[in-house]
Amino acid sequence: MEYLILLFSEIYKILYVLIPVLVSVAMIVWLDRRIWAFVQKRRGPNVVGPFGLFQTLADALKYIFKEIIIPASSNKIIFILAPIVTMTLALIAWAVIPFSEDYVLADINVGILYIFAISSLGVYGIIMGGWASNSKYPFLGSIRSAAQMVSYEVSIGVIIINVLLCVGSLNLSDIVLAQEKIWFVIPLFPMFVIFFISSLAETNRPPFDLPEAEAELVAGYQTEYSGMMYAMFWLGEYANILLMCALGSILFLGGWLAPIDTPLFEMVPPPVWLIFKILFLFVLFALIKAIVPRYRYDQLMRLGWKVFLPFSLIWVVLTSGYLLYFDLLPVY
Amino acid sequence: MNIFRIFKTVFLIDFLTGLWIAIKELFKPKKTLNYPFEKGKISPRYRGEHALRRYSNGEERCIACKLCEAVCPAQAITIESTAREDGSRKTTRYDIDMLKCIYCGLCEESCPVDAIVQGPNFEFATHTREELYYNKEKLLENGDRWENVLAANIKADNPYR
Repeated sequence: MEYLILLFSEIYKILYVLIPVLVSVAMIVWLDRRIWAFVQKRRGPNVVGPFGLFQTLADALKYIFKEIIIPASSNKIIFILAPIVTMTLALIAWAVIPFSEDYVLADINVGILYIFAISSLGVYGIIMGGWASNSKYPFLGSIRSAAQMVSYEVSIGVIIINVLLCVGSLNLSDIVLAQEKIWFVIPLFPMFVIFFISSLAETNRPPFDLPEAEAELVAGYQTEYSGMMYAMFWLGEYANILLMCALGSILFLGGWLAPIDTPLFEMVPPPVWLIFKILFLFVLFALIKAIVPRYRYDQLMRLGWKVFLPFSLIWVVLTSGYLLYFDLLPVY
Repeated sequence: MNIFRIFKTVFLIDFLTGLWIAIKELFKPKKTLNYPFEKGKISPRYRGEHALRRYSNGEERCIACKLCEAVCPAQAITIESTAREDGSRKTTRYDIDMLKCIYCGLCEESCPVDAIVQGPNFEFATHTREELYYNKEKLLENGDRWENVLAANIKADNPYR
């Protein structure tokens, strides 16, 4: 009996995080399309519900009722597994994201390492999808995607080392609390910019959406997918984008902390600040989608390996040197 | 690469300029129409769905001269006629195959009594092909429904004929 109560309370806690995340993913898809349309002076989805807010719901309903086509020559088990893996991995990473001091599902000591590991695993969903489709375009798309995500993860890892040097802990709540005096975006501004661009590449967003470059690869690794399986890929992708925005706001923009420590700002509940920061980063994501043309593949690789990696490595040396020289190293 | 270009690249100047332009465009009025609720302006000469008109006393205008049938380049129109008891010639059948029709407007042009006209309606998509084989009843019904607009359009376009 005690066991059951524990189980249900855990499930309740999980749903308490998961459902808001899923709902906000739906809203964020709408926001993305809407901003994209507005920059191009179109109207975007505006029919379903107020301002078209329920457009994603309608789309999801459409996907559910569509036929799932599994190509005859595909590896069926892996083909079906791929979208499930993508979506699951995109969602389980949210377990360690702290929404406020006590509103976090799993306050584990190596939170940032966990997120990093999960987002690295995310490549598998895409490779599996591309490989199991047994078709040209998905295969090419997944190869591109794998190479791209692996290369940009390296520079993201090095950028995270910068933050960790200043914090001295891998726990995400500790990282947020370390920014009480000053957000890391100010001392580590170049790292924030590189982190932002890398997270664009990491989530296959324009201008780095080579894996699904319509003109060349139809839809990349998603080409053979239809119905609910496609929708799961799509949901996983946006959950990943949201996760990257959340990570950016936790690492650099002070997570749930208010910008200035005044009573007026204290009145706003902490999760709202985090949501504001995530939204700010996401609006930037969406605007960039509208204004920047797609990178060529070699340019993408050059940017990742020859510019971002050396630059962030140099910055690690600078940060650690600075902290050591002024004796500011955090002690835990 | 000169110093200026390096400066521009490192500080993402071009990118930030683009971002600023995008933010400005975000709040400008939209160029597209909110289509099903809001429609574009249509010229009085617009060649849309066909209609057969009547005189104000309810008599059909069509005199079965078959000029439209003869002139139709797609041969979409089929007319059969008889003499009525009062001696006037009227159609017994007036079919337009809307799938064959190329909407050239020659039937309207050739009609001596302004009976067959092309109205402003362009939203007559159907689920089946059969629904697009228009017969006389359908065309007359169109004429009755759109008469006000049709008469106004013909009047507006009259000076240029």
